[in-house]
Amino acid sequence: MALALLRPRLMPSAVALALLLVACSGVARGQDTERIEGSAGDVLEDDPVGRLKVYVYELPTKYNKKMVAKDSRCLSHMFAAEIFMHRFLVSSAIRTLNPEEADWFYTPVYTTCDLTPWGHPLPFKSPRIMRSAIQFISSHWPYWNRTEGADHFFVVPHDFGACFHYQEEKAIERGILPLLRRATLVQTFGQKDHVCLKEGSINIPPYAPPQKMKTHLVPPETPRSIFVYFRGLFYDTANDPEGGYYARGARASVWENFKNNPLFDISTDHPPTYYEDMQRSIFCLCPLGWAPWSPRLVEAVVFGCIPVIIADDIVLPFADAIPWDEIGVFVAEDDVPKLDTILTSIPMEVILRKQRLLANPSMKQAMLFPQPAQPGDAFHQILNGLARKLPHDKGVHLNPGQKVLNWTQGPVGDLKPW
Amino acid sequence: MMKSLLPQSQLRRAAAAGRSSGGGAASGGADGAGSDGGAGGRAPAASTFWFLLHALCCLVSLFLGFRFSRLLFFLLFSTSELYSTSSSSSAVLRATTTTTTTTTTTTTTTNTFTLSFAATSNPPPSTLANHTALDSAAAGTSGHTQSHVVVGRHGIRIRPWPHPDPVEVMRAHRIMERVQEEQRRWYGVKEPRQVLVVTPTYSRAFQALHLTGLLHSLRNVPYPLTWIVVEAGGTTNATASLLARSGLTIVHIPFPDRMPHDWADRHATENRMRLHSLRVIRERKMDGVIVFADDSNVHSMELFDEVQKVQWMGAVSVGILAHTGAADQPRLSEEDKQNMPLPVQGPACNSSGQLAGWHTFNSLPFTGKTATVVGEAAPVLPRGLEWAGFVLNSRMLWKEAEGKPDWVKDLDAVGENGEEVENPLILLNDPSSVEPLGNCGKKVLLWWLRVEARADSKFPQGWVIEPPLEVVVPAKRTPWPETTAEHSSELLNTKQDQEDRRLSRTNRSSRSRSTTKRKGGVQGQEN
Repeated sequence: MALALLRPRLMPSAVALALLLVACSGVARGQDTERIEGSAGDVLEDDPVGRLKVYVYELPTKYNKKMVAKDSRCLSHMFAAEIFMHRFLVSSAIRTLNPEEADWFYTPVYTTCDLTPWGHPLPFKSPRIMRSAIQFISSHWPYWNRTEGADHFFVVPHDFGACFHYQEEKAIERGILPLLRRATLVQTFGQKDHVCLKEGSINIPPYAPPQKMKTHLVPPETPRSIFVYFRGLFYDTANDPEGGYYARGARASVWENFKNNPLFDISTDHPPTYYEDMQRSIFCLCPLGWAPWSPRLVEAVVFGCIPVIIADDIVLPFADAIPWDEIGVFVAEDDVPKLDTILTSIPMEVILRKQRLLANPSMKQAMLFPQPAQPGDAFHQILNGLARKLPHDKGVHLNPGQKVLNWTQGPVGDLKPW
Repeated sequence: MMKSLLPQSQLRRAAAAGRSSGGGAASGGADGAGSDGGAGGRAPAASTFWFLLHALCCLVSLFLGFRFSRLLFFLLFSTSELYSTSSSSSAVLRATTTTTTTTTTTTTTTNTFTLSFAATSNPPPSTLANHTALDSAAAGTSGHTQSHVVVGRHGIRIRPWPHPDPVEVMRAHRIMERVQEEQRRWYGVKEPRQVLVVTPTYSRAFQALHLTGLLHSLRNVPYPLTWIVVEAGGTTNATASLLARSGLTIVHIPFPDRMPHDWADRHATENRMRLHSLRVIRERKMDGVIVFADDSNVHSMELFDEVQKVQWMGAVSVGILAHTGAADQPRLSEEDKQNMPLPVQGPACNSSGQLAGWHTFNSLPFTGKTATVVGEAAPVLPRGLEWAGFVLNSRMLWKEAEGKPDWVKDLDAVGENGEEVENPLILLNDPSSVEPLGNCGKKVLLWWLRVEARADSKFPQGWVIEPPLEVVVPAKRTPWPETTAEHSSELLNTKQDQEDRRLSRTNRSSRSRSTTKRKGGVQGQEN
């Protein structure tokens, strides 16, 4: 009799438990995306508001607006992050108008907006422009001299960052502009133990137009039928006719080894379906060019194609927030002839996990500079990076009268006023 | 000053090259050239020296596969001096750059890998010199460790057999398949429902043809499937064996009546057979999406993906293939041809994507010329709305189902009084609640076709020739058994006409060919 009484009472709870299990499995079977955690923890979705305050210097328009007005191509090339960062900061909640309470100071100087008729930025005047801007802020506000720039940050998205040259040897020879020795640099260039990557720099993705990419999205159920995809130059016949210089010979090696391989859809044409094709590929090659970084990485991440990074010692964007070795495949330049073996011997679970990580919308959002800014985008990641560097350590504030920077250091040409 | 130091540098360089590239001959040559050249002031000797050096570099380049620059000789010796003073080094460099055409570097090295014979790549000792140079440079700016990525000209690494390996290609394909499967799991249908395919059939000559085609289509459906085959005239072993070989889950249901020979009657019988199968589905409480697949129809795979979206009852667009099969086509006037609507049956939507009406096949151009008897050589047309264009959720038929809408009639109330069950809309009280599928009927997902032999056509039992044929029948004339006199004579007459016309055509052509041929005596047996 007791059993008879128990059974009806057990039944609803058993049914409830069964329903709960079914619901859980139903939820789990849905979109499988994994949370992305870098070395700094699960910080991709952090909100920087309230964690730091940034003061934006008001520079004369010749440093910023006038340059854009002269050539509006600055707003769409891959170096446009400096312009959009300024616009974002000016209207953001972390901006403060009171410099006494600011943690970081931002100088809006567009050093990559002097374009040739073909649209390539010339870095020759950039050191002078930067120097002139720093002279302006140090003479009009006391905050630069207080710390000699240690709590200031600058956005330098050029090929080799603050070395201000497009040729690597010349950039190494110049080194980072001496006046920026203590400042934090926000740049796209990143290579380990390289002269042009300062300790404590924040690495960002290059600008890729988010609207344009969004208009080329195909339905996600389109089956991925291309194994490896790449479109771009293999030989830069204009600047390096013999080969071996451009991309350290890695791109030429990709071509010579895999031009006959049907699994590799590689060529130099620029088809109108470039974005759609990336969405139909499993692996997208991101080899170095004249500089190790390229917008291909951003495109690959946005389109869910696993990036195959062929650039020795490269430092990828937001490396502390995004665990790149779990997301991309890194191939040494020496191993390029074995690329097909490497890619086909990656275990299936690893490939599927990479795709799951790439499918995470916060990952895609972190690579983009949308207008207007959205939570979790690259602007916010930069601010999070700056916030993680707080609080400033004691060496930041100098004793009054103490001078560390040498204002006359550097090539003579840089000292000319701008 | 540089020239005097040349022979020493050459010796060093040659030794290094010898160690790294493994080309002993080249290094020996370099050695000889170096020592011979010497740092003489003698002009002719100097010019021959430079010529020899240039020739040597060309040979070495050929050997190595990339450009082996003369400049390397200079720069290698001068690296130790270069970085001590930054300004003087740039001056030195600018002097030397004039000799070469391409942009030169401050820290060039040669990484001699590329080639087939280089089994192990020993990093050339020159890089050590380089490292020290860079170190001194780096020390000036910051005291960090040295990057092992070297700037400058590198060799292009090509493996000896740059062609795909078949094992790897297979692995890549397996990876792609697995990735696509995973994609389907994520973005495709979330909870794939079972597909219940209802097919009325009966034993006749073309049955094997039609069922085999349908069988292969169903085997490719990526969802769990149950094939409900209703056979008129009771289940036969032939049909059962065909179905058993398919590997699908089969429900073979006998239907007592035989299939009539008249198209109109056959249509009605098929409808009753389908209704019978719906009753079976209801009895067995089978759960899934019901697709009406007639055995002669052709289905696309997208149909099965699309029907997963149906809630209660959906309609898809069906392409109607009314083939004539006779020599004379229905004579259509130009006006008729222009007004000929699309041979599609399906839902028609208004601008907001809701069902507004039905698009049916226009049979006016075919009036009077359609086939009445199965196997007749005339177009077979659908009547009204074909069942093939509708899909049902089986729960709609159940006596009690959660959320069953009230515009669905109870199955028992349908077809009870022997009324004609024309199309599935009869199952509904309110035909406007049908969901249009396939992008509102824009995509034609299946094709309706009726192709049959004459009802009395003979075919081998089970398509096994047993006993072996004794009479060898010439391919041209297949003896048709005589059934009813009128039909047979009609058919024979039309057949004769066809034959004659064909023969006359070939005769005409052979005659024309023989008249055009100048060469005599070539009267080919063109037949």
